[in-house]
Amino acid sequence: MSNEKFDSTDYWAANLRLIAGCLFVWALVSYGFAILLRPMLAGIPVGGTDLGFWFAQQGSILTFIALIFFYAWRMNKLDQKFGLGE
Amino acid sequence: MSQFAINLIFVGGSFAIYIAIAIWAKAGSTKEFYVAGGGVNPITNGMATAADWMSAASFISMAGLIAAGGYANSTFLMGWTGGYVLLAMLLAPYLRKFGKFTVPDFIGDRFYSSTARLVAVVCLIVASVTYVIGQMTGAGVAFSRFLEVPSSTGIWIAAFIVFLYAVFGGMKGITYTQVAQYVVLIIAYTIPAVFISLQLTSNPIPMFGLFSTHTESGMPLLSKLDEVVRELGFQDYTADVDNKLNMVLFTLSLMIGTAGLPHVIIRFFTVPKVADARWSAGWALVFIALLYLTAPAVASMARLNLFTTIYPDGPTEPALLYEDRPEWMQTWEATGLLIYNDLNNDGRIQYYNATPGFADEAASRGWAGNELSVNNDILVLANPEIANLPGWVIGLIAAGGIAAALSTAAGLLLAISSAISHDLIKKTLKPDISEKGEMLAARISMGGAILLATYLGLNPPGFAAQTVALAFGLAASSIFPALMMGIFSTKMNDKGAIAGMLAGLISTLLYIFTYLGWLFIPGTNMLANVESNWLLGISPLSFGAVGAMLNFAVAFAVAKVTAEPPAEIQHLVESVRYPKGAGAASNH
Repeated sequence: MSNEKFDSTDYWAANLRLIAGCLFVWALVSYGFAILLRPMLAGIPVGGTDLGFWFAQQGSILTFIALIFFYAWRMNKLDQKFGLGE
Repeated sequence: MSQFAINLIFVGGSFAIYIAIAIWAKAGSTKEFYVAGGGVNPITNGMATAADWMSAASFISMAGLIAAGGYANSTFLMGWTGGYVLLAMLLAPYLRKFGKFTVPDFIGDRFYSSTARLVAVVCLIVASVTYVIGQMTGAGVAFSRFLEVPSSTGIWIAAFIVFLYAVFGGMKGITYTQVAQYVVLIIAYTIPAVFISLQLTSNPIPMFGLFSTHTESGMPLLSKLDEVVRELGFQDYTADVDNKLNMVLFTLSLMIGTAGLPHVIIRFFTVPKVADARWSAGWALVFIALLYLTAPAVASMARLNLFTTIYPDGPTEPALLYEDRPEWMQTWEATGLLIYNDLNNDGRIQYYNATPGFADEAASRGWAGNELSVNNDILVLANPEIANLPGWVIGLIAAGGIAAALSTAAGLLLAISSAISHDLIKKTLKPDISEKGEMLAARISMGGAILLATYLGLNPPGFAAQTVALAFGLAASSIFPALMMGIFSTKMNDKGAIAGMLAGLISTLLYIFTYLGWLFIPGTNMLANVESNWLLGISPLSFGAVGAMLNFAVAFAVAKVTAEPPAEIQHLVESVRYPKGAGAASNH
């Protein structure tokens, strides 16, 4: 019983680490590249405008999709590793 | 065949399909009415979530707002997709493990308090009704155009159809109908966009066309658009914004609002397993992105086409003669959403940005003011007509717009009615109510919610997408923090959660009503809704993020000084974190 408790604490910590990493990327592409850091990326041209504009209108959406599937895939592995799968 | 007849065939035909599915899948028990028996696979569920999610705001209104605001309105694109990341990681899997029907159910049980449940019901109803107002505005625009009636008549017709439709089936009917609606709306959105992208850039994929070369001028499309709007006194389409704080907070409000909206969360109760809730969020975003990646292309191309129509020889040459105006302008004039006023009596349509900075230029050209006002909400629906596409494409987009508005309105009404019949009546006021009585209460509350939303939709607080953004602010400030703390903090107690939800909801409502009028009634606002009046430059649309921060702060402060939650609740929170042993959503 105590062993299982130990395992599940590790599982939760691993999950929180994964979430923190994913949310860092989430914030970086949207609030970072697309909004606050846009002036810094202004020198990188993309089809008539700059990289920040691309992130604001398309890049962040594509990143969001990749993040969710990455998270779901990693969590499935984690579920199996800790024997918590259904 | 006339355009009217074509529209009727497309809209009528798509309706026949939805109604047939609703009858085929008619909900039998209360459980099916709410969550479709907990057995919907992640891809199907993702598609239905996408239809539920993409409302009149996304379909009809959003591209119009992006067209008008350019880069500054990219907030809608990021805000309405980024929330799915939060849903997939912070809420959906745990709420699925918890296994309840509704959001107030979770909040009531997790915070072991019927007061918390009631506060959640109130938050849910306020956010959802505001959201339905936006849907009614959008559906009203679509119906007024395709039936060629004034927009207020359009809203009443929309209300009647939404009522019939939502009362018919419950979640199960809605799940499969929504798959059909998704298919209709995505085809309707994409086909005209492909045609227009081909015309303007020779690239058949709109999302790439947006960043390609404008065939006629040989310049990049966005540079061409910047040039045209600049010559008419508008700000560059791709121009950066000064008020970055507001842009960040607005995007954040939309994102956390997405993760706090009951009709979206409820979707994740319908998948069989916890892992499926994560995949479902991913699939939903894939289906949503198909529209959201096309929308910015539609926005810029429609704006360019509009200017080309009005200035056929370029913006530095004389504008179009009113008597030569195309047929689509005449039909939209009939709805009152497009208005021409010949200020300088030259019979031409001068459409420009009449700002002081442009006054000299305008005077030298003999212009006496902007003569055309185009409601942002008509742009997507008028888009195929502006580009001279065939009649069936126009019929298709009418059907798509109506599908978008109906599917979301139905999902929201379901969330409202389950909050009233299940959380308020069955769980609080009258626990011995029969299943039949509960279903009846659900249907009556749907009717009431539609009437209220329709009445407020006649004088909406903004364009469809803006009204919907207000609903997101309300959900962001009240529901999202309570759900998140309920899962991630074992120590969060009943009093903290209640105080937090109230602080978030009330502060956000007060801020919104100050600028947009009490209960959105026009003329009752205390300050004009202009940037110079806003607190720290934060718009009422963006305040939800601030309300959410207040919610967290108040909740933690109150929880710190009041008693910890009982041990069994702390164990419950821990059990929610591990996927193993999730049964079907239950009703105990």
